[in-house]
Parts: sequence; structure tokens; C-alpha cells
Amino acid sequence: MKISRLVVQEIAHRFLNFVLAVVGVSIAVACLVASVTMIDAGEIQSKELVVKRQQEVKDAGKKLNDEMRKITKGLGFNIVVLSEDEDIAAFHAEGTPTRTMPQEYVTRLANSPIVVINHLLPIVTKKIEWAEEKQKIVLTGTRGEVPQAHRDPKKPLLKLVPEGKVVLGFRLHEPRKLKPGSKIVINGRELEVAKCHAERGTVDDVTAWVNLEEAQQMLGMQNLVNAILALECNCATADRLAEIRGEIAKVLPGTQVLERGRKALARAEARNKAKKTAEASLVAAEESGQQMINSRKAQANVLVPLAVVGSFAWIVLLAVGNARQRRNEIGILRAIGLGSRDVLVLFLGKALLVGLAGGAIGYAAGYLIGTGFSGPIGQSLFDVDWLLIALLLAPALSAAATWLPALVAASQDPAVILQEQ
Amino acid sequence: MLISLDHITKSYTGDVEDVVAVADVSVSVDSGEFVAVVGPSGCGKTTLLLVAGGLLSPDSGEVTLDGTDPYSLSQEKRARFRAERIGFVFQQFHLVPYLNVLDNVLAPALVTGDPEAGKRAEELVQRFGLGDRVGHRPGQLSTGERQRVALARALLNEPQVILADEPTGNLDGENSDEVLKALQAFADQGGAVLLVTHDPDAVAFAGRKVVLAGGRLAEMSPAPTPDHDAF
Repeated sequence: MKISRLVVQEIAHRFLNFVLAVVGVSIAVACLVASVTMIDAGEIQSKELVVKRQQEVKDAGKKLNDEMRKITKGLGFNIVVLSEDEDIAAFHAEGTPTRTMPQEYVTRLANSPIVVINHLLPIVTKKIEWAEEKQKIVLTGTRGEVPQAHRDPKKPLLKLVPEGKVVLGFRLHEPRKLKPGSKIVINGRELEVAKCHAERGTVDDVTAWVNLEEAQQMLGMQNLVNAILALECNCATADRLAEIRGEIAKVLPGTQVLERGRKALARAEARNKAKKTAEASLVAAEESGQQMINSRKAQANVLVPLAVVGSFAWIVLLAVGNARQRRNEIGILRAIGLGSRDVLVLFLGKALLVGLAGGAIGYAAGYLIGTGFSGPIGQSLFDVDWLLIALLLAPALSAAATWLPALVAASQDPAVILQEQ
Repeated sequence: MLISLDHITKSYTGDVEDVVAVADVSVSVDSGEFVAVVGPSGCGKTTLLLVAGGLLSPDSGEVTLDGTDPYSLSQEKRARFRAERIGFVFQQFHLVPYLNVLDNVLAPALVTGDPEAGKRAEELVQRFGLGDRVGHRPGQLSTGERQRVALARALLNEPQVILADEPTGNLDGENSDEVLKALQAFADQGGAVLLVTHDPDAVAFAGRKVVLAGGRLAEMSPAPTPDHDAF
């Protein structure tokens, strides 16, 4: 027979004592493992939330860019370069510029190293009487986009209106039931309808777009333009617009720059605000996640030591009770030759088994509690390291708590015990 | 002499003054001898037995078992010495409550690790009529059976000496006889028995009687009696 058999038999005999000790260890281990699991879960959830918020910020940024592109394209331009002597008040009142600039300005601007503007569109435009139809219209000549020398070619935002063709606004084609391919005559010049715009509710509805050179001829404004549009400028903020003005002033000192498309800017600002809100939400998510983790750590800092100390005291009590219960047994075992070391082994062997059982049960319980309280998580929280720690720590805790009572039991004088009978 | 207690004195610390339990007592037991120590309660019988068993160090005097002073050995060596040389039997049996009969008998083998112990334990269980009780725990046994288990345990390591403290104190006549006969048989086979008892029948079994009174040797019967058959 070996001492291990004695240990096992004693456990079987005093099973309640064993179970109570295992429960004590399990509670301590469960508290530890549940806390660790919940902290791990918090970190994972926090990271998931941050990733989600980051994606939202990214999406918001992308949406902003898309919206900006759509808005600027829809409104036609962002800034307009006008002649220095253009009366801005009259321009706003009339809706069209009245002064002209040399067409060469466009080339100068295109060849300049300005990087803050995109898509240069020279136009010549004037309110005229459509003699054949007796209607006031806006005749606009455009040549499409002027390539910028220092840029890679980009897809033009507005296509060139070919010579002999005309693009009509809603109020020009709809009353006359004109369609692409129809022939019309504007002030003696025959033109073929290239495209009919849908209603926009702006001056565009009474605008006829023709080729720039053709418009210059029709209006008697050869080699002149009265506005240069710059589309999709990097002017999402007011400060940026000021920068654009400064840069254009250096290249074309005899001009003035007006901001167009305030709606676009307002929406861009709104989108910027949305993006900033998303970014703030990301920061808030990070802070909230950290707060949750800190809160769980704070709880664990209190709960785990309490559970460990409580469990330790509980095992000490049980071990003391067990040692007292086994006093006679220890006396006779010592009398028949067992050394004090053997008696220590008897108690500590049991303590180790208590620790192993408590560690395993406590880990399982703690894991279930931890995952249960953490809510759904996309990944497993099982950590083999913590299982090993539980299986090492719990026997150590149990053995440490049993050590003193075991030492007292082992140092009992068998003669004293036997004389008590 | 197998057991030699020479001028043993042992006292305990009392509340007011030390209590002398055994004072200058000398007893010796040879191989094949069965010696009974008698006397009134508190006369020092059990103390003398524990001193003889290497469990209680005397204040003065010399103890030798087969020429070895157990108190000259380290605690661990003395424990092993007890396991190999001495068998103990007590009035309260002192069986391990959670071990069955066979495991209780085998308990002394925890120390010696003797591979033959299992076989001897089974033989002893059969010899003491416990064959049908092998799997029972002490709580399921009668007092007579418990004492027989204790006797079997005492004999497992084939000791040279059996020290018995009131082994018949809780037993009826029949069971007492059985225990005493077993002790006698042990002595007949060359062992030495030192029996502490109040029981006159047990004294009658012994070959020699030592009477203690007030911790002192009051009387010691002479040489071994030749015939026990009358009992």
C-alpha cells in the first residue's frame, strides 16, 4: 500500500470535506478566470467597436469625396475667374458676366503650377435675344476642359460641344418639342440639337450651349472669354478658397475670383462635420472601451484578492477541522512508523487534489460566467495559458492554505495522542 | 534481553509541580516472554509502555530494544525502527476509519514498502477469522473484530516485540481469550510481549507480572512460569 491510496481513501471517506474545499478553490479560480475572461472580452469588443467606427469614418470620408464630386459636377463649377473690371453686383443681378478677358488667360492658368484647382473651363456667355423665336436666352460657348500642363490627363467633367451643335436647356427645347437631331436657327446660324437637358430650375433652363469659337463669332467676341470656371477645386473649406484666390492672383493679376456653388461648400462642410462626428465617435468608442476595461479591471482588483483570501481562509478552516478529525489516525500512523514527512504528504496530497479539482472546475465555471456576462463575441475566449495557470495556481493556493494545519498535525506527539485514550 | 528498561524515570509538567509518572523502574523482557504490567490507574503503566515503544523519551534511564537505544536514533529512523521491530495494540484499536480491514492490516507496510506485505496481510486476515470482512471498514466491525484487525496489523511486519495497552479492555471473555492466545502464540514463537492491563485473566496469561504503584516498581514476579495450559 502507498500513501496515495491513503489520500484517495480519506477523500472518499470524508467526501463532503473534500467537496467543500473544492468549492472554496473553485470560487477563487472562477472569480479570477471570469474577471480575466471579461477583461479579454472587453478588449476584443472594444477593438471590434473601434474597427467598426474606423470603417464608419472611412465610409464617411469616402461618401464625402463621392458627394463632393457629385455636387461639384452637378453644380458645374466651384470657382469662377472673372475680369478685374467685372461689376460683381451686376454679375449677380444678371446671372452672367458682362466683361471679357483674353482667351490666352486660360492657357496661362493651365500652364501655371497651381495645384489647388482642377478642370479649367473657359466660357463666353451673354444674354441675347433669340431673334427667330423672339425669346431672351443665355448663349454660352464652351470648349470643354483645357488640359493643365503639370497634371496627368483627367477625365473631363464637361464635354466639348462640337461645332455646329447646340445643347439646349429645358425651357428652350420643351415648348418647341425639340429633340437631339432637330435643326434650329439661332440668330441666323443653323445648329443641330446635340442634347436636351432635363429641367434644373436655374438659368440653365434658358441656356443654349455651343462651341466656344462659334459662340465667340456669334457674339462678336473673338479670342475673348468672360469667365473661366475651375471645377472640383480643393476648396472644401473657406480657408482653402482664400488660398486658391491667392494662387490665381499670382498668375492672373487682372482677374477676380468668385466662389460658386455655396451649396456644395455647405454640403461639404456638413459632410466634413459628419466625418468629424464619426471620428469623434471613434475616439468615444475607444474611450468607452477603455473605460469598460478599466472598470472591469477595477472590479477584478477587488474581487479576485477577496475571493483568493476568502478561499484561503476557508481552506485553512477546513484543513484545521480535518487535522483535528484525524488526530487519532495521525497518532496511530505515527506510532506504527510513519514519519512526520509522511503525515505532511497525507495532507498536502489531498490539498493538491483539491487544488487540481478546484482549478479545473473553477476555470470551467469562470469561463462560462465570463463569456456569459460578456455578450456575443466573434471569437473564442478560451486561453490555454489561463487554464494552465488555474491548474498550477489552485493547487499552490490549496497547499499553501493547508501547510500550517498539516505541519501542526505532522508535529503532533503520538505519545500524547495515544495517552489521551 | 529483547526489551530492557533500566532505571526509567519520566515526569510530566503539571500546573503546580511536575508529576512523576514513572520513577526509577527497571524491567526487562526476553525473547519468548509474555510480561504483564499491572497496577491502579495512573500508576504509570501506559507511560512505561510508550517509553518502551520509543514513543516517549524518558527523563532518565536507558531503553534498549534488541540492543538498540531507539532514542539515540533520529526521529525518522526511530519511526522506521518502530515499524520494523515493534507491534502496538491498544484498547481503542486505533484503526484508520476510512481503510478497510485489509488496508488497515497493511498500514505498517506504508513505512517498510515490503512487497511481501500484501501476502502476509491476507494470511493474517484469514488467521484471525476476518476473511469474510476484508472489504469492511472499522465502523462495520464488532469490537472483537476490530481488535483482531489491530492485532493482525501489529504482526504484519513480523516484529520482535508487541506492546499492548489494555487490549482486552473493551472485549468480552471470548474475544479477550482470542487476543491473549494470539499474544501468547507470538511469545511462543520467540517474540516478546509487554502487556499493560487491569484484567486478571490477562495477567494469568502472562508468564511474568510487574506491579507498579505510584509510578514505582512495587512487585515483580520471578522467572517465567512454566505452564500456561491451565488457563
